[in-house]
Amino acid sequence: MSSFWTAALTIAVKDMKIEWRTKTAFASAIVFAVLVLAVFYFARDPTAVGALDIAPGALWVTFTFAAMLGLNRAFLLESENRAMDGLLLAPIAPSAIFVGKFLGNLAFVGVVELVSLPLFILFYDLPIIRQLPALVGVIAMATIAFVAVGTLLSAMVVRTRFAELMLPILLLPFLIPPVVGAVQLTSRILSQRPLSDLAGWLKLLASFDIIFVILCFFLFEATLEE
Amino acid sequence: MTRRDHALALARRGQVITAIALAGLAGVFIRALAFTPIERTQGLAQKIFYVHAPSAWAALLAFGITGILSLLYLWLKDRKIDSIAAASAEVGLAFSVVMLTTGPIWGKTVWGTWWSWDARLTSTMFIFLLFIGYRVMRGAIVDPEMRARYSAVIGIMALVLVPFIHMTVYLFRTLHPDPVLLKPSSPSMPGVMLVTLLTSVAVFTLMYVGFVTQRYAIAILRDVREEAASAVS
Repeated sequence: MSSFWTAALTIAVKDMKIEWRTKTAFASAIVFAVLVLAVFYFARDPTAVGALDIAPGALWVTFTFAAMLGLNRAFLLESENRAMDGLLLAPIAPSAIFVGKFLGNLAFVGVVELVSLPLFILFYDLPIIRQLPALVGVIAMATIAFVAVGTLLSAMVVRTRFAELMLPILLLPFLIPPVVGAVQLTSRILSQRPLSDLAGWLKLLASFDIIFVILCFFLFEATLEE
Repeated sequence: MTRRDHALALARRGQVITAIALAGLAGVFIRALAFTPIERTQGLAQKIFYVHAPSAWAALLAFGITGILSLLYLWLKDRKIDSIAAASAEVGLAFSVVMLTTGPIWGKTVWGTWWSWDARLTSTMFIFLLFIGYRVMRGAIVDPEMRARYSAVIGIMALVLVPFIHMTVYLFRTLHPDPVLLKPSSPSMPGVMLVTLLTSVAVFTLMYVGFVTQRYAIAILRDVREEAASAVS
């Protein structure tokens, strides 16, 4: 394995270790996810609106905001004790820092989703064993999209004033294509529509993934220069 | 000539351009109200179109220029480019507000609803929010060099995001039946109306140039003052 990937993985593993030992972000993200799923369930009139109609929206609001809690922390960790300076002094490519942080965030958001997805199926009583692989695929695609953009933006916002407020303001417009796409795909998968109904949104999500992962990778260096 | 004098001269030039544009705007109003026929189906409400469409054009022009200048900034690292990009984004926000307020006023009369989730409405609103974020972030960074760099990153990402937002709302719309009230297909326009519209577009473009010039001059003056303040302290 090249030194680039070793460095990136080291950073990702370091972040996961820190998270695993404190568990604060995990705990808050997961409690938050459970809460949102429950609130959404009570927001509807069960005799008028089917669970299937509200479920996709509830799922994606939950994932998006729970992920935001984690993304905010990604670079906040490095600003304590000026740890970021240490990372920058290390003899590694700056883009390895991005890839490391990206993988770390992906793992964080992935775990939160892994915990909330069964709860979602349970709470909304969805018989979707057969559609589960497709749903997981869509979740993975949309997650890659918003974690890539979120990682880049969180690297910037930690060095601004009101960092916690800045991330949502900047990130949410970028989430419109992936999250709207994911909601559309989720509702089609849950109602067992044919693949041809999914193609347009899948293409959109895939192209967003490819373009924004590459763009964020290259723009990351511009956020670092001292 | 000091930078301050240069900025003041630039501001004056911007004022002259804006004054010409405002006179032109008065001319557009007069022409639209008195010398352009009333549209048969939409009635007087259609007159708002001569302000709405040109302000939409000016807003998108402004945001497009901000995006392109952001790319140029990361390449050339010239602070001037950043200041013009920021000025353009702010002026674009002002035109967006005109676009987003005149639109619903027209929509209420013609569509029967203040807001519909039509593709163009939705995407322009999201682009507006995107540039609000750009503006808010600029206000949250103290160091000018860092502010320029971060703004450029957001500007470039915005440039790439806009087509995606448009595809998203378009895909959403085309797969669903249109609401009965909503029929936004653009009719081909009689010559008299087209002349009014194009004049208005020209006037709004000139107004954009005037505003950006003045806003850029203010940015230089602010820089000069900040430098003077840091020199004293």
